[in-house]
Amino acid sequence: MGIKGMKEEDFHDNESLNVLRESGSNVLLATIDDIINWGRKNSLWPLTFATSCCGIEMMAAGAPRHDFARFGMEVYRASPRQADVIVVAGTIVNKMAPVLKRLYDQMSEPKYVVAMGACAISGGPFFLNSYSVVKGVDHIIPVDVFVPGCPPRPEALLYGMLQLQRKIETENILSRKKRNESHNVK
Amino acid sequence: MEEAVKELIDENQEYVINMGPQHPSTHGVLRLVVSLKGEIVKNVEPHIGYIHRGIEKMCESITYPQIIHLTDRMDYLSAHINNEAVCLAVEKALETDIPDRIKIIRTIMSELTRIQSHQLFWATYGMDLGGLTCFFYGLRDREKILDIFEETCGSRMIVSYNCPGGLMYDIHPNFQNRVKEFIKYFRRTLPEYDQLLTGNVIFRERTMNVGRLSLEDAISYGVTGPSGRASGFSCDVRKHEPYSAYDRVKFNEITFNDGDSYHRYLVRMKEMWESMDIIEQLIDNIPEGPYAVKMKPVIKLPEGEYYQRVETARGELGVYIISDGNKNPYRVKFRSPNFVNLSVLNLISKDFKIADLVTIGGSLDLVIPDIDR
Repeated sequence: MGIKGMKEEDFHDNESLNVLRESGSNVLLATIDDIINWGRKNSLWPLTFATSCCGIEMMAAGAPRHDFARFGMEVYRASPRQADVIVVAGTIVNKMAPVLKRLYDQMSEPKYVVAMGACAISGGPFFLNSYSVVKGVDHIIPVDVFVPGCPPRPEALLYGMLQLQRKIETENILSRKKRNESHNVK
Repeated sequence: MEEAVKELIDENQEYVINMGPQHPSTHGVLRLVVSLKGEIVKNVEPHIGYIHRGIEKMCESITYPQIIHLTDRMDYLSAHINNEAVCLAVEKALETDIPDRIKIIRTIMSELTRIQSHQLFWATYGMDLGGLTCFFYGLRDREKILDIFEETCGSRMIVSYNCPGGLMYDIHPNFQNRVKEFIKYFRRTLPEYDQLLTGNVIFRERTMNVGRLSLEDAISYGVTGPSGRASGFSCDVRKHEPYSAYDRVKFNEITFNDGDSYHRYLVRMKEMWESMDIIEQLIDNIPEGPYAVKMKPVIKLPEGEYYQRVETARGELGVYIISDGNKNPYRVKFRSPNFVNLSVLNLISKDFKIADLVTIGGSLDLVIPDIDR
């Protein structure tokens, strides 16, 4: 499971990835899967979707010091049609929820979701007392990777994106279909 | 059928398009419903509320020290100044005397916050107008300020460094050296910004005489901060109603009379120099002493109404607290600068091309969570 420059034992949560790997690999399709996954994981284009503070840290992750581009995520796309991964950076409120769902629907397959920051994970500081905040984007769209923090450091986002790449490596054509069915994604 | 065709070629018909809520140039989730005639903007209707989190209502059910942590999620680029506003209001109500050390550290932190906010403005404004290099230069220098914050406050951007009665913890021993190093570095790199963008012919063509806001309109709409000062409205709270340590430093209030996008940009560029001057006057004069005044464990404000205004990187932020004597406020109202600045967008972008709407919106430097709260 080689991500360039980082050994497998340097990552956390290796157990959950092992579970994913075991779920039904097909001998005939394995090589094709490998090639497809290699391509997919190395050109993840994020959508410029930022609602609040986490968006600034997402910009910082793309800026010179942290430099997203090393891992194939260099181009932020403004159009959901051209993006592979939506980084939900910031609070999602009830008025924004249908828009987020629509953006997700407009993205073409394969699509991935990273929930960045406490607000996107659970509502964060606005979990209690607030009447308008969605308590976690996983109520609206299926989430692949959660990146905790308020806001997370750019390194944390980078780590989350690397985890997403490793998750993509375990994918096969059949499991992708299964995943979509379980989330009712059309 | 014929009528339908006639309607299509009817030149007086307005064409309505939607900008946002997911649009990179709105810097967040602002939705602008733009009526166009050809390419000319006839009407801009901002729709807000896409990031309305109910912060003012939330404040009513939490205590005063807790409110501070919500305020830096409003205008996250001037997080420290927002914190300071609430702290000053609470301290004013309790009539607490704040030692000089705290005042000076707060002022230095506020000015550092202002610089990093303007750097980000410069970076994104350049990017909006098609100069991607600005993005890399601006964020490169911004990281240096964030490092200083991280060392002292423990967080990069959302600092929550103030608390009623002082600061959360003392400054890091390296703080003064790091700040001096940064000032030295930034005095050298700030002229690069001007070389790259300010004198650029394309940039000047796109911003000069675009989105002109007159002095009368600026005053009657209440546009404050760099956007207001570009129109000649002398509205710097630091100068007119000094708080913290602003009464003991010398700095110029930068005003222009043109009020177009270019001058709104220029005010921010010049303010960075002023902020550096303020920091340099204070950084060697931090007196010894405690970093916080001992407050009661449960802070209860006496019954009454309290108002404190401060100058954030975008304008005047007012904190209005009504207390009924409990540990929770009865009502908290934030007079946020961005909400007021947004209100002139329709006025100043009329009869310009739709591409200029990005220029004008960018020059107002809006932060959307501060509008919606």
